[in-house]
Amino acid sequence: MVKNSNELFIQRLRERFGTAVLDTLIFRDELTCTVRKDAIVDVCRFVKEDPAFNMKFLSDILGVDYPEESPRFEVIYHLLSITKRARLRLKIRVEDGETVPSVTGVWKSANWHEREVYDMFGIVFTGHPDLKRIYLPDDWEGFPLRKDYPLRGYKDEYNPYGEEKE
Amino acid sequence: MEKKRNNTENMPVTTKELTLSFGPQHPSAHGVLHLVVDIQGETVVRAEPDIGYLHRGTEKIAENLLYHQFVPYTDRLDYMCGMSNNLAYVMAVEKLLDIEVPERAQYIRVIAAELSRLSGHLVCVGAWGVDLGAMSMLLYAIRDREMVLDLFEMLCGARMTYSYLRIGGVRYDATEEFKKKCLELCSILPKKIDEYEKLLTGNRIWIKRNRGVGAISGEEAIEIGLSGPNLRASGVRWDIRKDEPYLVYDRLDFEVPVGTDGDCFDRYMVRIEEMRQSVRIIEQCVKAMPDGPFNVDLPEIVPPPKHEVYQNMEALIHHFKYVSHGFKVPEGEVYSAIEAPKGELGFYIKSDGSERPYRLKIRAPSFCNLQAMDTLSRGEYLADVVAIVSSLDPVFGECDK
Repeated sequence: MVKNSNELFIQRLRERFGTAVLDTLIFRDELTCTVRKDAIVDVCRFVKEDPAFNMKFLSDILGVDYPEESPRFEVIYHLLSITKRARLRLKIRVEDGETVPSVTGVWKSANWHEREVYDMFGIVFTGHPDLKRIYLPDDWEGFPLRKDYPLRGYKDEYNPYGEEKE
Repeated sequence: MEKKRNNTENMPVTTKELTLSFGPQHPSAHGVLHLVVDIQGETVVRAEPDIGYLHRGTEKIAENLLYHQFVPYTDRLDYMCGMSNNLAYVMAVEKLLDIEVPERAQYIRVIAAELSRLSGHLVCVGAWGVDLGAMSMLLYAIRDREMVLDLFEMLCGARMTYSYLRIGGVRYDATEEFKKKCLELCSILPKKIDEYEKLLTGNRIWIKRNRGVGAISGEEAIEIGLSGPNLRASGVRWDIRKDEPYLVYDRLDFEVPVGTDGDCFDRYMVRIEEMRQSVRIIEQCVKAMPDGPFNVDLPEIVPPPKHEVYQNMEALIHHFKYVSHGFKVPEGEVYSAIEAPKGELGFYIKSDGSERPYRLKIRAPSFCNLQAMDTLSRGEYLADVVAIVSSLDPVFGECDK
C-alpha cells in the first residue's frame, strides 16, 4: 500500500515537472524527491493542492551541511497528507551564499521553520515575511549547525572554553 | 476626534497601543516563554513569541555523540514526558538499522509512553488550572502524578530523566510487581479524572475563561502546523498511533477524542479524554504482555546485562566495546514520528554509515504549536493569553532544543 502510493507520487511528479525532478529515492519505505531549487515553490504548491497528494501539513523544514560537496547545503521539507496518510520528503541543494525561495506563501507554518534554518545554517529565504534569528540572539556571529562551527563555540568573555577565532 | 466606546458592549476602547513583554520570567509563562504582546486597551493586537532562552544546541551535540549516548539528551527535551522522547529517538535509529524489537519490549514501551502521556497531561491540566486561578487543580494533578512517577521509579529507578528505552529494546524488564501497580493505577485514576472534571468541566469560571477563547478551525490548524491534542481539538481526527500505527497500537482498542470548536475548552476536553484512553491502553497492555526477551538478540547493539559484566570476562569486553565504540548504522536517512503527548514528535536522522549521526533534526511539537500563538491570541483579551498558552502546553526544553 505504502509502496504503491510512493510510486504513484514519483510518476505524478515526473509527469508534471519533468526534468525539474532531479532524483527520487525510496529508502525504508520513505520517498525522497530531489527537485531543482527554483522549482521548489511550484512543487510545494502542486503537492499541496493536487488531490493525489493533498500534502496540507508541513511537518518540518531543515538544513543539512555537506562542506565537502557542491552545492554545499541540502534543504529538506517533510510533508504529510492527513487524508492520504502519506508522507513525502522534498529536497533541494543550495550553494553557500545562494538564496532559496520561501514557501511561506504555501504553508503559513513554514515561517518559523525557515527562520530556524536561517538561524542554524545561514541560508537566506527570499520572500520570507520576517527572516531573523529564532533561537540565538540577533547579534550572534556564525551559524552553529554548520560543520565548520566548533562544538564549543568561539571563545569570548562568556565562553572561556570555546575555540579561538582565526 | 476618536470616540471612546464602552468596553462592555464588546467594542474596543481606543487608546494608545502598548507593547508588553510577557515573560521570560512570569509565573504563567510555562518556563521561559517570552511573549511580546501588542495591546490596544485590553485587546491583543499581535502576540509574538520570542524563544530560545533554553537553547542548548541539542542537535549539534547529537552529531558528536555515539547513537546510544544520545538517549539521555532526549530526556531533557520534553522533560514532562521523557519516555515519549526516548521512544521517538530509538524508533528512528531502529528504522535506520531496520530491526524490530521483541514483542514484550513493544508492550513495555507502549505502557511507558502512555504513562508519560498521563504525566504530561496531568501537568498540563494542573498548570492550566493554577494559571486561571484553580489552585487545587494543580495540587490534585501533582498528587496523582506521583503515582505515575512511582511506577517509573519501579521500572527504571528514575522519576524524571529516565533513559529507560534503548536502541533494540528497554533497559530493564517490567516486573510482576510493576504490572500489579499499573493495574492499581488503572483502577484509581479514572475516578481521579472524574474529580478533575467535577472541579473544572462544569465550573462556571473555567467555562467562561476557556469556552470560545483562542478558537481555530481545523483547516487553519493544519495550515499553521498544530499537531497532537491541539489539532484534534479542532476536529481533525489525526492520531499517529491510529493512522500510522507503530509498536502494538494497532492491536489495542482505544478511541481518538476530537473536539468541535477548537477553542481552549476543547483542547482541555481532548486532554481529559486522552487520559482516560491512556488508562485503557495501559490496562490492555499489562494484560496482553507476553513473556520473552525485552531486547533484540544483537550483541552489537545491546550491551550485556550488568551482573554478567562483573562476573564474566567476555561480557566485560563486550560492555567495554559497546560503551567506547558504539555501533555502526547503515548509511541513509529516515524520518520517524510518534504521537507524543504534545503532538507529532519526529526525529530525522542522516547517517553516513559511522557510529555517530551525521545530522539529527528534532521536529519538536511544542515549537510548532507555539507558532500558532499569534493566530490564536489576536483579538482576545490579554488575560486570555494565559489560557491560550496553557492550552497549547508548550514545554521549553523541547521547544528550544
